[in-house]
Amino acid sequence: MPVANLEWFLLIGAFLFATGVFTILTRKNAVSVLMGVELVLNSANINLVAFSRFVRSPATLGPTSIEFPLQGEAAHHVYGAAWIGGNVFAAFVIILAAAEAAVALAIILGIYRNLGDVDVDEVTAMKG
Amino acid sequence: MIAALGIRLGDPAAYVFLAFAAMTCGSALIVAASRNIVYSAYALLLTFFGVAGLYAFLDADFIAAAQLLVYVGGILVLILFGVMLTHKIRDINLSNETTNPIIGAAIAGFIFLALAYVSIYTKWDVVERTASPTTGEIGKAFVGKYLLPFEASSVLLLGALIGAAYLARREKEKP
Amino acid sequence: MGRGNRPVVKGDKAIRFWDIAVVIGVFAVVMQIVPLLVWAERRISALIQDRVGPNRVGPFGLFQPLADAIKLLFKEDVIPDGADRFLFVLAPALAFFPAAMTATVIPFGAPMLIGGEMLQLQVCRGNVGMMLFMALTGLSVYGIAFGGWASNNKYAMLGSLRASAQVLSYEIAMGIALVSVFMTSQSVDLNTIVADQTGTWMGFVPKWNVLKQPLAFVIFFIAAFAETNRLPFDLAECEAELVGGYHTEYSSMKFSLFFLAEYAAMFSSCCMITTLFLGGWSFPGMPAGETGKLFSLLTVAVFFTKVAVLLFFFIVVRWTLPRFRFDQLMHLGWKTLIPLGLANIAATGVAAQL
Repeated sequence: MPVANLEWFLLIGAFLFATGVFTILTRKNAVSVLMGVELVLNSANINLVAFSRFVRSPATLGPTSIEFPLQGEAAHHVYGAAWIGGNVFAAFVIILAAAEAAVALAIILGIYRNLGDVDVDEVTAMKG
Repeated sequence: MIAALGIRLGDPAAYVFLAFAAMTCGSALIVAASRNIVYSAYALLLTFFGVAGLYAFLDADFIAAAQLLVYVGGILVLILFGVMLTHKIRDINLSNETTNPIIGAAIAGFIFLALAYVSIYTKWDVVERTASPTTGEIGKAFVGKYLLPFEASSVLLLGALIGAAYLARREKEKP
Repeated sequence: MGRGNRPVVKGDKAIRFWDIAVVIGVFAVVMQIVPLLVWAERRISALIQDRVGPNRVGPFGLFQPLADAIKLLFKEDVIPDGADRFLFVLAPALAFFPAAMTATVIPFGAPMLIGGEMLQLQVCRGNVGMMLFMALTGLSVYGIAFGGWASNNKYAMLGSLRASAQVLSYEIAMGIALVSVFMTSQSVDLNTIVADQTGTWMGFVPKWNVLKQPLAFVIFFIAAFAETNRLPFDLAECEAELVGGYHTEYSSMKFSLFFLAEYAAMFSSCCMITTLFLGGWSFPGMPAGETGKLFSLLTVAVFFTKVAVLLFFFIVVRWTLPRFRFDQLMHLGWKTLIPLGLANIAATGVAAQL
């Protein structure tokens, strides 16, 4: 088992989440707000991976919208072990974070071009 | 006493873990509090590094490498671009104001305390498991159980790529 | 990374003496190769330009880098007015650290049997080595970006922005080229990729990936030039337009760290190309399953011979080709290499199904 217990990772995740929320709430610069969002996503990822590592996973694949021909141990060999779920979700979060950062920065650059500033308080009009 | 802390202090790796944890949390504080946005970006680099280290301690080798590859190698570079392109080059005093820090700190502190309470006082169903490489399992899960979300996320990435390119493009002069 | 990924060997303890020896050995090799490369670059450029080159200090001028280092150390260390002191000092270290780290994922030779235990001649084992390599090459942006910004200089800033865009773009092409290699070798583990390239066709043609995946090789090779900021892609420093690019304001040892980082990155890239495409430490006609110490050292020698040839090519290219324009660079990356790489993946998949 890892050197530290599950609670350590959860507490670090909670701390990152809190700092991320603080950043989002108090910053005026849009790029800074984006950094806060990344902190929050990272904290969620720590939790996902920690639960994946420590917590008992369901024995079967569980109810999904897709019918899997195999169940139980055989299914784990073909579709991937059940405990890996947290890792897979963390990978999805990383994928989404990449997409989110790209679009957010494109928007921030657009705002900067139109307003000459990236202060989120100044962005009040819906029309460009 | 030491067992109650939930960390094996006899193992030298425990101190490496503590160093990574301190680095993650400390640099996250700098991200939240620094007056200079470039320092925030640099601190975020350390945070991402620390989180990657924590993943390694959770035996999630693939996620740790992906964290380094995507967050450190990709997202943070984009953020740095954002910082550099939205400021004048000679603008030393980069604006990174903090508004209402007291209310923000109160909300963030409340959230942290609530999460910490839940983390510590919940009886987690912890199970002993020996570490095993995750890359192959994640690969199988991507093309097995999670095939549909996997394909959907690839479409999303394509959409984000096109959308970002369209948004960031300089508009042509209207005739 | 995690302890679970270490190959299971007899009596595997967390830390062993020989493992540490490998770590120190790899670090020493990287540190020693860099001055040698600087010397080789100067000699070869002199050869190309019909000059003599440094030949005064030591035999063939081999100690010239030492003299250079002493000279640089004693130069005045200027930190410009208005620079951000903390990041200005930090940036050279940030540039050098990932460049020196990338060599850790490379398997330098065949595993050696020492005291009844298999010793892998590789620091960072396990199957995420390739991703780590990609991540660390991406990291080299930060030294350049922070250095350029902290200098408080227009040219440095422009150079650093160029470098970031360039490294980011070519990393995609590099990754796509890698995927087709993974598909041919059916593994992401560098040791397996090397093992997959042993053996020959018709008795003499080695089964190297450069023959199985020529297009991926070309893409990876071009991308490696761009990632290491070497001519013809050295837009980041580009003396003609940007004075000196991101290290305009740097002097003394800080400048030389940037300089060393470039050469260390070049060395690691050549090691990676050798491992992925040129059969790594294997050579045609190699006995299978051999674990002797002498044999292992022989494979290390083979590996470094291949790397030396590649490094020679890198240097010759730098002194023969003119520099690209920045828009040409971006076009080459996004409109040529990436679509070609994607087509290559599709073709590899089809070929695998036939």
